[in-house]
Amino acid sequence: MSFSTLLFLIISFSLFSFFFSSNSALKKIKVATVKPSALPKHYGQNSIVWTLFPAFLLLIVITIIGPKFVDNIYIQKISSSNENLTEAEIQLILAKIKNIALGAISSNEAFVLKLSEQYNNSLSKLYSIRALSVLLVSSILGVIVSSNINILSNARIKVEKFFRVLFFVSALIAILTTIAIIASLLFEAIRFFSLYPFFDFLFGLHWAPNIAIRSDQVAAQGSFGMLPVLLGTVIIAFIAMLVALPIGLFSAIYLAEFASKNVRNIIKPTLEVLAGIPTVVYGYFAALTAAPFFRKVGMSLGLDVSSESALAAGAVMGIMIIPFISSLSDDIINSVPQSLRDGSLGLGATRAETTLKVVLPAAFPGLVGAFLLAISRAIGETMIVVMAAGLSANLTINPLDTVTTVTVQIVSLLTGDTEFDDIKTLSAFGLGLALFVFTLILNIIALIVSRKLSEQYD
Amino acid sequence: MKKNSLQIDRKLIARKRAEIRLKIYGIVSISIALIMLSTLIISIGLSGYSALQQAYVKLDIIIEGEKITDENGMFSNKKALLFNWDGAVSNALLKKFPSVKKRSDKKSLRSLMSSNSGFELREYFKQNPQDFDKKITLWLTASDDFDQYLKGRFNVEVLEKDRRLNDNQLQWIDFLSENRIADLKFNTGFFTNADSREPESAGILGAVVGSSLTLIITVLFALPLAVMASIYLEYFAKPGRLTDFIEVNINNLAAIPSIVFGLLGLSIFLSLFGFPRSAPLVGGLCLGLMTIPTIIIATRASIRAVPPSIKDAALGLGASKMQAALHHVIPLAAPGILTGTIIGMAQALGETAPLLMIGMVAFIIETPNSFTSAATAMPVQIFMWSDSAERAFYERSSLAILFLVGFLIAMNSLAVILRRKFEKKW
Repeated sequence: MSFSTLLFLIISFSLFSFFFSSNSALKKIKVATVKPSALPKHYGQNSIVWTLFPAFLLLIVITIIGPKFVDNIYIQKISSSNENLTEAEIQLILAKIKNIALGAISSNEAFVLKLSEQYNNSLSKLYSIRALSVLLVSSILGVIVSSNINILSNARIKVEKFFRVLFFVSALIAILTTIAIIASLLFEAIRFFSLYPFFDFLFGLHWAPNIAIRSDQVAAQGSFGMLPVLLGTVIIAFIAMLVALPIGLFSAIYLAEFASKNVRNIIKPTLEVLAGIPTVVYGYFAALTAAPFFRKVGMSLGLDVSSESALAAGAVMGIMIIPFISSLSDDIINSVPQSLRDGSLGLGATRAETTLKVVLPAAFPGLVGAFLLAISRAIGETMIVVMAAGLSANLTINPLDTVTTVTVQIVSLLTGDTEFDDIKTLSAFGLGLALFVFTLILNIIALIVSRKLSEQYD
Repeated sequence: MKKNSLQIDRKLIARKRAEIRLKIYGIVSISIALIMLSTLIISIGLSGYSALQQAYVKLDIIIEGEKITDENGMFSNKKALLFNWDGAVSNALLKKFPSVKKRSDKKSLRSLMSSNSGFELREYFKQNPQDFDKKITLWLTASDDFDQYLKGRFNVEVLEKDRRLNDNQLQWIDFLSENRIADLKFNTGFFTNADSREPESAGILGAVVGSSLTLIITVLFALPLAVMASIYLEYFAKPGRLTDFIEVNINNLAAIPSIVFGLLGLSIFLSLFGFPRSAPLVGGLCLGLMTIPTIIIATRASIRAVPPSIKDAALGLGASKMQAALHHVIPLAAPGILTGTIIGMAQALGETAPLLMIGMVAFIIETPNSFTSAATAMPVQIFMWSDSAERAFYERSSLAILFLVGFLIAMNSLAVILRRKFEKKW
């Protein structure tokens, strides 16, 4: 039975048990001489909990682990048939068996054909086991709970306890996600560093993952020095901030301190539209409109501008970040208490002086936090640079030249068919780890700055 | 005394000037931002609107029924596979030009039709088997170069040998369009086809379905988890290290680059769990993990906006904490939760980078039909098309962008409207 059928079945079971339990609870309450501890529907809810959730968990666990288990059996079968096979060859045969079993390819190797037939059988066996166990768990628990209704035990408290645990587990998802990110990046990155020295990665001046000219070359694996990639990222982010910071900040100041209510009501949503445009659209604009434009302007000035210049990618990224900065800064400036402004204006300062000398210093920690978040966004931005920046890692600070970024390299290394043992694939995880660490540091500094430096005015 | 007040006056003028300057800086910045926004939309709109039309050629075609139908007079798929549909199309086109005799000329005339036009003919007869042996007039899709020339986007200034259309071909096209045999018509294929190697028959349907399937998974996964987590944090969490740590994690996850979620999906969902590559299921889970912080932050804000007196009243009348939350506060906070969810979904819909990591960037001709079949998504489709060499793909990706952005703006406006409508001042 398929996943959705099983899900549907256990949901129907649980609804059935709900009605059954609430009815039988109602009957018992009617004839009882003591006061019941909960309403009939709470007994129903309690049996939903028991019929639905354990079976649902079991369903998910078997669906994820089951195929892995079957694969392991076949890996053992393949390796016992021929002792000389390497790990990669075994995986290859396994993939072949699976594809034949799916009917995607055909083969004439008798061994593989036989195994793939068996594989189909084992899979259908797995699915029957899954269906059987899930339905059994659901129905047995359902029957037990709904036939043992004791109106003196408080079903509502039991249900609430369950929900409390469920809610707590959901809140843990934030921690689990972070752990999963760190674990997956770290795990692959450590494999990468076992193939490639850590310090060469961190301080190497040469990034060229594709330079295997002869397979027996020393440098056949390519060289993975991160610095040029990092420098490119910093240059593009710097150009972006150069564009976004003044424009975003001045827009926010104007909107918060000078604009009339009507202007504000029109401009603010419009800027939010700018923030809602997907990054792939900015990338398209950067690659097909901005880059040729910069190139033309550069040519007319006698400058040699690359068609994938850091300038075009950075400038468009800056446009993307303007609304981010302006709306964050606007909120921060607005949260400065009005009494500060009133005091300053009352002492005879102009509005501009109040803004520059009273409001902005008061808002400063928050603004710094916002800028740091904007920088971390610029560093992590992917689509604009994938479409408009280059692939070759040049160690240069000339913004008219082609540079590459961490995210571009990750995308170019990981799109297409990827093998997990390949050093190139693993190096992408090394870059991913670096990216994660940098943005994490920026985020944490932003958090600390805005928490620690901000003064309490109330 | 007088000198002093003069000095003050002068200083006052300077101070007022400084104020005007600051205002001007602000206005200029806002104008730059708005000009950029309009440049972006206008330039994409200008290059994309023409993809709403597509060049078609009107051809008179007779197909002998006995070659295609089986003994019962029904359309036979087996025979249809053997029949040369492309040949039928090019013969019909050659009839319009009786003077073309040379082999090479015939070949270049044939190349004016889309390579999918034979397929269109076959589909027509599959739908209308009664039209065999009759002379029928059909509008069939022309090639992408034909299309671009009719739209005036083909550069004829270039030397003939560097052009994709030679002088003969241009003359033929002119002849066809002057006699209204070829014309631009509304491009229905763009909305009903999935991706294709030929720009003239590439459409967005596959990507739209892929995006929808992905978003369904995202919302089913993210919304319940985020709401439950918010209720826990607002009502049950005791202030302490664990709660602080959860909050720091949520804030941090909201600021992590989206591509990192793609790496997570690649190594956990694909490599560890063995989920299928390129599937909306995996895409939806990655995007879900990414949007959970957004929804949590919005949900908590709207829970806090509900005045505590409501909760206190419920508690005072004997409700449990859980009942106060689920029966009283959450229904009142629902509009805010909905708004946050819509904004999170809009973000997820526009996201590209994580989907590239989990292989949703493949070229897929079929419209996906399940959560585990290979699919692509709207923004990824735009990315792939804008990477293609053919000029006709540019206008298609521009049009696709217009649709995506239009849809996103609609979603965001819906969120704003909902917020205004249900916003309560307590």
